[in-house]
Amino acid sequence: MFYREAGDFKTSYVDDNQTFPIKFDRWRYYAVLFVAFCVVPFFINDYWANAIFLPFLIYAIAAIGLNILVGYCGQVSLGTGGFMAVGAYATYKLMTSFPDVNLFFHIIIAGGITAIVGVLFGLPSLRIKGFYLAVATLAAQFFLVWLFNRVPWFYNYSASGQINAPERTLFGHAISGPASEPWAVYLFCLVFTVGSAILARNLTRGTQGRKWMAIRDMDIAAEIIGVNPLVSKLTAFAVSSFFVGIAGALFFAVYLGAVEVGEVYGINKSFLVLFMIIIGGLGSIFGSFAGAAFLVLLPVLLKNLLVGTLGWPTDLAAHLELMIVGLLIIVFLIAEPHGLAQLWRVTKEKLRLWPFPH
Amino acid sequence: MPDQLLFGMEVFLNGLMAGVLYALVALGFVLIYKASGIFNYAQGVMALFAALTLVGIMEGQVPFAHLINAVFGTEVHHFGWHLPALVGIILTVGVMVVLAWLVNTLIMKHLVNQEPIILFMATIGLAYFMEGLGDLMWGADIKKLDVGLPQGINGVIDTVTYDIFGYGFFIDNLDIWATVIAAILVIALMIFSQYTKQGRALRAVADDHQAALSVGISLNFIWVLVWSIAGFVALVAGIMWGAKSGVQFSLSLIALKALPVLMLGGFTSIPGAIVGGLIIGVGEKLFEFAIGPMVGGATENWFAYVLALLFLVFRPQGLFGEKIIERV
Repeated sequence: MFYREAGDFKTSYVDDNQTFPIKFDRWRYYAVLFVAFCVVPFFINDYWANAIFLPFLIYAIAAIGLNILVGYCGQVSLGTGGFMAVGAYATYKLMTSFPDVNLFFHIIIAGGITAIVGVLFGLPSLRIKGFYLAVATLAAQFFLVWLFNRVPWFYNYSASGQINAPERTLFGHAISGPASEPWAVYLFCLVFTVGSAILARNLTRGTQGRKWMAIRDMDIAAEIIGVNPLVSKLTAFAVSSFFVGIAGALFFAVYLGAVEVGEVYGINKSFLVLFMIIIGGLGSIFGSFAGAAFLVLLPVLLKNLLVGTLGWPTDLAAHLELMIVGLLIIVFLIAEPHGLAQLWRVTKEKLRLWPFPH
Repeated sequence: MPDQLLFGMEVFLNGLMAGVLYALVALGFVLIYKASGIFNYAQGVMALFAALTLVGIMEGQVPFAHLINAVFGTEVHHFGWHLPALVGIILTVGVMVVLAWLVNTLIMKHLVNQEPIILFMATIGLAYFMEGLGDLMWGADIKKLDVGLPQGINGVIDTVTYDIFGYGFFIDNLDIWATVIAAILVIALMIFSQYTKQGRALRAVADDHQAALSVGISLNFIWVLVWSIAGFVALVAGIMWGAKSGVQFSLSLIALKALPVLMLGGFTSIPGAIVGGLIIGVGEKLFEFAIGPMVGGATENWFAYVLALLFLVFRPQGLFGEKIIERV
């Protein structure tokens, strides 16, 4: 009834091409942004920031990045953890080498460096396809983690082999290091997440996004109609790695603060982000958010339920959690292979017709 | 003969032995991939699960003891029996067959006609599930698996090589046994697929699903069969690796070792899995021996992948894979 295009007259091409063509969607979007920017920071505390909001925002960026590569361009990658590590270590080296430059710029530059590394590891995609490519990207995962573990230059020869984020401020508020305030860190991450989402959304519905999708659907056919596969695949790798690198940098610099590369950026991280986009929905920006929210909230809820309410031992809860995550993934794939985003799409279609069934 | 060369030869031999074990895991992948087009990431976890089940049955552990104790407040741990290895293995094979049937009925049947990537993700979900299940059923502590295979340095090879080169090669008895058993297994599989009715049906399904279906081969049966065989191969791999380094979580990571083997050999070729396994086993051991110390060691983690990657750039379908033909 209220969810209609009808009566919402577009008088310019800009209006016609906007991201949210339906008025209700537009207001919902502004409302979410308002709550995220102006309400949440006043109520956020350490627990909420560290357990839910920060991981959600950061994983959302990583999921958007991977979704561009896998969901839009169809190149399956299992190297996300390794690329996140590149972002983290690039930020660390930049932070310690140029302490006067603001962390904000370091993170963007780290994203750029990750993009270059991503293109390097994306080169084989021109020859290798499908599963062979997925396995080939594992080479990036293992090689990069090994590199950061074994070459002391990357961790500034520290005795423990860890990297620790030094304290940095933005507008006088600490955003990294032990003294950081949860609301400042939250806002800092939020800016990156919203920026990434807007950038990704507009990239994927523009020329480049259409080229990626053509490559995904059938690369030979795309080549015949004039899409350059070399450029398209490599730009997908670059853009995807850029976002993933930013996510890795934020994960290290403002969320964890101290990182041991094998533990934090291991193969499990790659799978986790891949699960997020599969559960959320391949080829959808909203899906990236939904998947990230789902897989960040699920362990927290399960832990609260099993350990907090039922009082089970933590190791038992951890095993059960593994089973439930595995089971949910399978159930999701069987029930809705296109993910949460598809459920959302169906709901919107239904809403548009409501209260009539057809 | 110079020392370096002798060491190199020893490393080479040990690499061959390790390669056989990689090939064993890769074999499980190839079997399922050929028959159903599913890239079964859970193969490594299946090996872990099989080994855990074998230990649990042999030691007479109560399944889900932790869970039962946590829910009902009881204190159950063991039934109090010790079974011989052979009985344990037979029972474990039974468990793996039941598992194969369950996987097919509950998961794969519902995912027919989905894209390969979705099937692949489903097997990752299965891997997570089985990892949790194995830990929940049998406990997460490191277990010792002893099925009666001899362990330790092989005296004969040591003395013979000492007599010839003046330096005794260190080769583990267990590795020799693993090689022999893997060879027997591969030969048995080949005989099975060449000379039995089920084996022929299996090859027919691998060749063309629809054609196989139209001449009256039950796809369901073949898929259960092939998952059972993969479960059996996983059990053998689990026994070998478990006897070598204990039954623990890291056992499931051998799947990651088998992936480059697959890439190198081709996803659809059994000889490819074996040759690929040997190349990777020898290659990574020799690389670690010759180059490893210069770059900080532990190159085994990635060398296999980089080797396979470089190789694929020149031959995208692997050594023995079917030629990839693409049409619009």
